[in-house]
Amino acid sequence: MLGQQIINGLVAGSAYALFALGLTLMFGVLGVVNLTYGFYFAVGAYLALLAAGAGAPIALALPLAAILAGLVAVVLDFLLLTRLRRTRAPELASLMVTLGATLFLYSAMSALLGSEIRRFPAGLLDNGAFALGAYRISVGQILIVGTAVLLSLGLVSLMGATRTGLAMRALAENSDASELMGVDTQAIMRRVSFLSGALGGAAGVLIGLEYNAIAPYMGEAMTLKGFAIIILGGLGNIGGALAAGLLVGVLEALTAGYVSSVYKEAVGFLLLVLTLWVRPQGLFGRPGARRA
Amino acid sequence: MTRPLLQISGLSVRFGGLTAVDRLDLTVEAGAIHGLIGPNGAGKTTAFNLIAGAVRRSAGEIRLDGAPVEGLPPYARVRRGLARTFQNIRLFGEMTALENILAGMHTRLKGSLFEILLRPDKTRRVERDAVTEARALLDFVGLAAVARRRAGELSYGDQRRVEIARALAAAPKLLLLDEPAAGMNPAETRALSELLQRVKARGVTVLLVEHDMGLVMRLCDKITVLNFGRKIAEGAPREIRADRQVIEAYLGAESAHALASP
Amino acid sequence: MAQIDDFLWTYQNLLASLGVNGLLALSMYVVLAIGQLSLGQAAFMGLGAYASALLTLKLDAPFPAVIAASMLVPAAVALVIGAPTLRLSGVYLALATVSLGEILRVVLVESDLTGGALGLSGIPEKAGLPLIFACLALALVAFTLICRSRIGRAMEAIREDEIAASASGIDLPAYKMAALVASAMLAGLAGALNAHISSFISPNEYGFDAAVTILSFALLGGIGSPFGPVIGAFILTLLPELLRPLHDYRLVVNGLIIVFAVLFMPHGLLVWPIGRIGAKA
Ligand SMILES: Nc1ncnc2c1ncn2[C@@H]1O[C@H](COP(=O)(O)OP(=O)(O)OP(=O)(O)O)[C@@H](O)[C@H]1O
Ligand SMILES: [Mg+2]
Repeated sequence: MLGQQIINGLVAGSAYALFALGLTLMFGVLGVVNLTYGFYFAVGAYLALLAAGAGAPIALALPLAAILAGLVAVVLDFLLLTRLRRTRAPELASLMVTLGATLFLYSAMSALLGSEIRRFPAGLLDNGAFALGAYRISVGQILIVGTAVLLSLGLVSLMGATRTGLAMRALAENSDASELMGVDTQAIMRRVSFLSGALGGAAGVLIGLEYNAIAPYMGEAMTLKGFAIIILGGLGNIGGALAAGLLVGVLEALTAGYVSSVYKEAVGFLLLVLTLWVRPQGLFGRPGARRA
Repeated sequence: MTRPLLQISGLSVRFGGLTAVDRLDLTVEAGAIHGLIGPNGAGKTTAFNLIAGAVRRSAGEIRLDGAPVEGLPPYARVRRGLARTFQNIRLFGEMTALENILAGMHTRLKGSLFEILLRPDKTRRVERDAVTEARALLDFVGLAAVARRRAGELSYGDQRRVEIARALAAAPKLLLLDEPAAGMNPAETRALSELLQRVKARGVTVLLVEHDMGLVMRLCDKITVLNFGRKIAEGAPREIRADRQVIEAYLGAESAHALASP
Repeated sequence: MAQIDDFLWTYQNLLASLGVNGLLALSMYVVLAIGQLSLGQAAFMGLGAYASALLTLKLDAPFPAVIAASMLVPAAVALVIGAPTLRLSGVYLALATVSLGEILRVVLVESDLTGGALGLSGIPEKAGLPLIFACLALALVAFTLICRSRIGRAMEAIREDEIAASASGIDLPAYKMAALVASAMLAGLAGALNAHISSFISPNEYGFDAAVTILSFALLGGIGSPFGPVIGAFILTLLPELLRPLHDYRLVVNGLIIVFAVLFMPHGLLVWPIGRIGAKA
């Protein structure tokens, strides 16, 4: 029982980690608290649903949804945040704009698509499962963990080993200085938007598969959870976000198993409030980071 | 006769591996204009941040008028008689010049929350008197004409002077000025020099960071030179001008011309 | 006379919402006025509503004590949330208050004491329209007086530049905490008044959407003066009633208002002079 809970928690946690990865990338490099991030999550899930409904296999639907979600992210970032970046508005301004946009986007989405819960067509995934000693892991779960690990590794090596990654890190440190050093900040920002949107979209597909429930507002709760995770991990800290995502996934599964499935939803937030009291720089953050 | 107003001993601060201020000893006499100079990155602004309480020290002690200020946040140090300006001007840009001065008077204005809620007449009187005093201060820095203009739309030189007036509004004993002449034209710099002399005449002690060597040499009673966070020389302007270490520090920073200019 | 009674009877609910939303807008205003963002206003309201309703229903406590409790409970929670977060950059307060809302919702849904997802009903109608509007008027007067004093100026200074404000001797932590606590108390009061006029409360009323709606009140009206947010609240409460078709798209409109207000009218749609001596006319 306990082992199975932990396995389920790790599966959900790896999707959370992927989601948090895109969010922390966006926050770390672009320096904005972008609440529309959860919208890419929902967009990804719906696009995959659409593609699957049209008969596409998951191997096609997943990357397609992620890429389109990434493009949506680039467009929204351009519409909402270019102006604020130019006028160097305080960071709360970007938070408020994206908050308003979120409200607009979600309610427009549910007005257009209906707010009822949708499900992937049966047979999209193989129904089989593997036995791991006494425990079960379904094909879907393996797909989730596999995709999350693959994309995380891809991002980490992109950040570490390519020119684009280097420019991203320079931008994260100091956007003025990197502009002076000849980095095309606009282009890098677009790439970061795309990458984080795509990660968010992929996470949406994976979570949609795990719970097989897709609704317009799924991104809203997830964004909030995502912020709890990246603060837990230490804002802007990629390794921290991954670890905190897994941690929240496991703790949620345990809470659902042993306490109540409603309290499960509060786990991330409770952790966040505790973190702010005990270790405001996050569990894995450097002390003194991001003080006012 | 002379009385030390600011006493700093063994003051250090490290940022990661960098020691931005390194075992600094500094004494500023009451009533003086004391210069603090050094090449870019020498640690002058950091020293100001330490004195004002914006950055926490790694080691050392700061005494203001005899009392240690360790652990006091910036706003509490203002009450002890310390006021400052910033290298990159920080005015309340949406407020009028006059209101900036009034904000600077914050610690000296009377009126608790309860008085404000229950005695509006009294608040009005307090505010009227405050405005009179603020106008006098603007006049003192030569800006009476722009009192009602938005601070953010004033010229660079005027903004610097509003910032000085805002700092004076706290009625400080010690005024920290971080490059007040930066970005000023020669005429504005001359006016500034004259203003600082009048500030001194008011009995306010000044600690001045400035790259305009002409201004520093003309105004300061004593000068301390920093390089890589360390004090490398101290003395009267004449002595500093002739100090070999100082000249080398500046030559190393490729700004020898700064010293050569009168 | 009879006509006025008719009018009041027909529109009692709408008028009550105007007053309650006006108070909520003011509670948002206090925080925005010092440059912070709280997304916990709906949660503070919920705390006030539930605390007061429980006291009335279970203990039959006297109404003034109920009102006092409805302000003290959120104030205490604000202290707990504010202490760790107000030292950090503004993002932390915003996110911590979001968490507060989510935690509260879960607790309310799960707890038997609060009636679970169904909420509490049968709350006696102890708060009339006169009381609600008296509270709103009192709050408006108080904020106007504060605005015109050194405290109002200090708040504006903090909003513009915290570092410069601190260097001017303004006690930053005290101001931020006081603003958050005052804002929580006002929202709690609004919650209690609302509970005691609508007779029914449930967890859904205090969710994230409600918090964002309260923000849109304040941003529509602008935070140049306390009147702005109240007028913003009035407009956004009346508009969907007047234009019925708008009703279903309320959230869409609120969202658009926030986006446009922040991007194009950072001072709010309504610019209102404060009347502080020495300020812009
Ligand atoms: N908060 C900080 N974190 C890390 N390093 C810092 C910080 N503040 C200052 N430094 C570093 O400390 C050193 C001293 O900087 P400081 O601003 O005090 O120099 P300065 O003498 O005022 O120079 P300038 O004449 O250019 O204004 C610099 O190398 C700077 O990069
Ligand atoms: Mg400097």
